[in-house]
Amino acid sequence: MSTTFLNRFGSRADYIGIAVLMTLIVVVLPLTVDIFRLNLIGKYLTYAFVAIGLVLCWGYGGILSLGQGVFFGLGGYCMAMFLKLEASTPEATKIQSTPGIPDFMDWNQLTELPWFWEPFHSFGFTLIAIILIPTLFAFVIGLAMFKRRVGGVYFAIITQAIAAIMTILIIGQQGYTGGVNGITDLRTLLGWDIRTDEAKYVLYFVNAALLLLVIQLSLFVRHSKLGRIMVAMRDKEDRIRFSGYSVANFKIFIFCFAAAVSAIGGAMFTLQVGFMSPSFVGIVPSIEMVIFAAVGGRLSILGAVYGALLVNFAKTSFSEAFPELWLFAMGALFIGVVLAFPNGLAGLYATHVVPFIRSFSARRGGLFDRSVTFGGRVEEGGAK
Amino acid sequence: MFDGYTMSELGSIFAMQGFAGLILFSVFVLMALGLAIIFGQMGVINMAHGEFMILGAYVTYLCSNLFSTYLPGLFDIYFFIAMVLSFIAAGALGMLVEWSLIRHLYKRPLDTLLATWGLSLILQQLYRSIFGAREVGVSLPDWLMGSYPLTETIEVPINGIFVMVLTVLITTAVYFLIFRSGWGRQVRAVTQNRIMSGAVGINTERVDRLTFGIGCGIAGIAGSAFTMIGSTGPTAGQLYIVDTFLVVVFGGAQSLFGTIASAFAISQSQSAMEFFLSGSMAKVLTLLTVVGILMLRPQGLFSLKIRR
Repeated sequence: MSTTFLNRFGSRADYIGIAVLMTLIVVVLPLTVDIFRLNLIGKYLTYAFVAIGLVLCWGYGGILSLGQGVFFGLGGYCMAMFLKLEASTPEATKIQSTPGIPDFMDWNQLTELPWFWEPFHSFGFTLIAIILIPTLFAFVIGLAMFKRRVGGVYFAIITQAIAAIMTILIIGQQGYTGGVNGITDLRTLLGWDIRTDEAKYVLYFVNAALLLLVIQLSLFVRHSKLGRIMVAMRDKEDRIRFSGYSVANFKIFIFCFAAAVSAIGGAMFTLQVGFMSPSFVGIVPSIEMVIFAAVGGRLSILGAVYGALLVNFAKTSFSEAFPELWLFAMGALFIGVVLAFPNGLAGLYATHVVPFIRSFSARRGGLFDRSVTFGGRVEEGGAK
Repeated sequence: MFDGYTMSELGSIFAMQGFAGLILFSVFVLMALGLAIIFGQMGVINMAHGEFMILGAYVTYLCSNLFSTYLPGLFDIYFFIAMVLSFIAAGALGMLVEWSLIRHLYKRPLDTLLATWGLSLILQQLYRSIFGAREVGVSLPDWLMGSYPLTETIEVPINGIFVMVLTVLITTAVYFLIFRSGWGRQVRAVTQNRIMSGAVGINTERVDRLTFGIGCGIAGIAGSAFTMIGSTGPTAGQLYIVDTFLVVVFGGAQSLFGTIASAFAISQSQSAMEFFLSGSMAKVLTLLTVVGILMLRPQGLFSLKIRR
């Protein structure tokens, strides 16, 4: 029984990898760092959701999307709209000329709540919307593009343009979206204050649990027949098409999956950070999300989590210490990871650490007898 | 939305907006030409293209300062020297980048995208460290200032006319370079069949390097022209890169004519709408239309029939 279960949801090595990662996130980090830093790490982990989506979509599917920030942002904005409505009760906003609507709407001379804000009074609707709206959006994009066999660089450029459009739209429609500042001053979730230290701890662990769930789901997708078809599709698309599979449907599925996962990350981001703004939607954040996946290893689901953690940690500490050096380091990271380490951290792990462990465990016999890599095979060459 | 304007006023508005659109069109064409050469002919996504443009703008800025301090007598013609220097500087940097970075990645177009994005970050920070984060502007010689009254209500700025003439000249030069010169024939041969071109004795590596260099050099000239109508900051290039890529893709990547036509369509619709809507909504609508059309016709407006 256990073998079939293991094969379906990931190899034994995947489970060891997940156990190590979860120990780090749930036990080691909360015990060693204070709540301020832990909250920051929680924020980095929300990017890991996007990076995992990108590993599936880019690493395994060969579809590079430069617009993942859009889905991250949509999820985040859905959550922020709900929290903002809860914070804007008529009592809390009685100094405004129109009490009961969010403060930025009042500043922009709006006198009633726009129709698309209305449903976000309901928590149930918000939870569904967080997943559904980005997925539907991804579905429409995917349907239009993949059915017409648009792929590769064209897809990358068009998703990037969509990210640009989204940012301009959010900034331009200040009265409806909060403009460049975004939706700020969020206080409670169903009456529960999210700004206390205790709430931050709880949200951190909820985030970790969701991350575990998403990793599990992604491993399931990767190890399923669908995952194998996807890899084959990336490497020889025509052969899959001629074998009778609908290439476009697989691509649409994986793109929607990545979008939904990113949106969960976005919603958790809003909860933990306490605001949402267009600066997490546009071109620059979207392409930074790609680098998280690339640093972790574009073929490694667990690597993506480490990638998101490490790059963001480096970003924070670099820009605190030497703000002017950060862009140099980031630029070098982009170039280095493409030229020298196309498989990222996971590739380094597979080529340097695994042989060492294997020679060690060969003497002991047992634990690492099968193919041990960082959450999956690391193929040569990578995505096209 | 046309309430309160008489017909003649509307005519003037459209003429003026049309002219503003023509200036935008010129910058788009100059930037997109370089990109179309690199993307269309070589299949390389150069995300640092905007930064090559800004390099040209900074070279022009330096020239403007140098001439006004040391050679005020030649200030009237400094702009032509600045353009040549911009071309050389951006082209040389382009060839260096091709040699050190791009040539390792020809088989992985998505990776060139990431690597050149990294390059653009480095260049931006470099500009910021050298020239400061503030935007800089150049001082124009007297003969480029002012405007030329066409009718009582319509005036056209002289620097705009200059930029347009420049665009026409450079486009013509690029046309002759690609479709009428031996080098252009080699470039097109390499695009169509790299292996066969190598087999008949074309040095494909040299062709690649020159193509990339010339594409970047044209971006440098675009930057030089850009200084006449706007100020230059370290991140100004990034603002244009998405628009420019859309122009190239919308026009059909391999088609020079398509690039020009799509630059015209995008810039005109944007500046015409800008007068009646807010600037951001005009841009959103234009980009959305372009993306929508691209979803229906992914190969762009004009596409060459190439056997792959």
